[in-house]
Amino acid sequence: MSERPQDAVALVTGGSRGIGAAIAGALAADGWPVALTYRSGAQEAAAVVAAIEAAGGRAVALQSDVTADGAAAAVLETAREQLGGPVLTLVNNAGVREDDLAISLDDERWQRVIDTNLTAVFRMMREALGPMLRARHGRIVNIASVVGLRANAGQANYAAAKGGLVAATKTIAVEVARRGVTVNAVAPGFIATDMTADLPKEFLDGIPARRAGMPEEVAAAVRFLASDDAGYVTGSTLYVDGGLAA
Amino acid sequence: MSSVTQEQVEEVVHKALESFGADPTEFAPGTTFESLDIDSLDLAELSQIVDEEFGVTLKGDDMKQIRTLGDAVSLILERAA
Repeated sequence: MSERPQDAVALVTGGSRGIGAAIAGALAADGWPVALTYRSGAQEAAAVVAAIEAAGGRAVALQSDVTADGAAAAVLETAREQLGGPVLTLVNNAGVREDDLAISLDDERWQRVIDTNLTAVFRMMREALGPMLRARHGRIVNIASVVGLRANAGQANYAAAKGGLVAATKTIAVEVARRGVTVNAVAPGFIATDMTADLPKEFLDGIPARRAGMPEEVAAAVRFLASDDAGYVTGSTLYVDGGLAA
Repeated sequence: MSSVTQEQVEEVVHKALESFGADPTEFAPGTTFESLDIDSLDLAELSQIVDEEFGVTLKGDDMKQIRTLGDAVSLILERAA
């Protein structure tokens, strides 16, 4: 079982709130120096950093639009510079929703979701893999969704992106497995965050656990997959969904 | 980059191949990557190392044309010139 190099750092995209903020906190609690990216929530990101530091951890907040050209390489390099080591855990959490029935879903909203939730994640993985391969150690965790497996009307774009992400996760996992780099997905179900605040509460009736999940429950799964203990887990999707996909 | 010598390129390439598990006693210009058990992931990693060391970008098509250690060293020197 390979242990992570001492100077290794973690990067969480979309880490200023919700699931991303919880993941940043959980990784910091596990001893990872954490870089979290945010697109527009500078104050929220600063609050996440302050909370991590108050708990004795190290974190920096980096402004980045994951869909911009060159953003992936730039943010990985900035994280390395500011935290003093290579990004050997990458959590691709940043995502958007643009829901509508397929018959009404225009190209622009289709593309925006694919760009952010799939293409940008692929670019982050591609750019992060080099240092991980060189270190013979790496952890990539992609935040997918139960919607990648199970239908949810009104989310054709989101489902396509998340389903594609699970498929890419498996493929990249087998490409790099022999170098000690693992690539996994965590698929949350209905998690209580800003992003799901507008969904009808009747939705909970269809969940076997009869409640929404908490961001910290998703973060705990990520924390495990990023740990040395998870070195033999790769190409898998871990559902954190109260039984929704079962 | 014009000051890059053949010896420098060979040193970087050999060091990388050794880190991939290849046997250094078999390193010679005519040795094929296949005979050293160097696979496509190894070559992709080698291209990243070459980029970092010499600022030479080798694309997928370039890597497909490289069969021997000598091919690799020649191409890197040509691009670095």
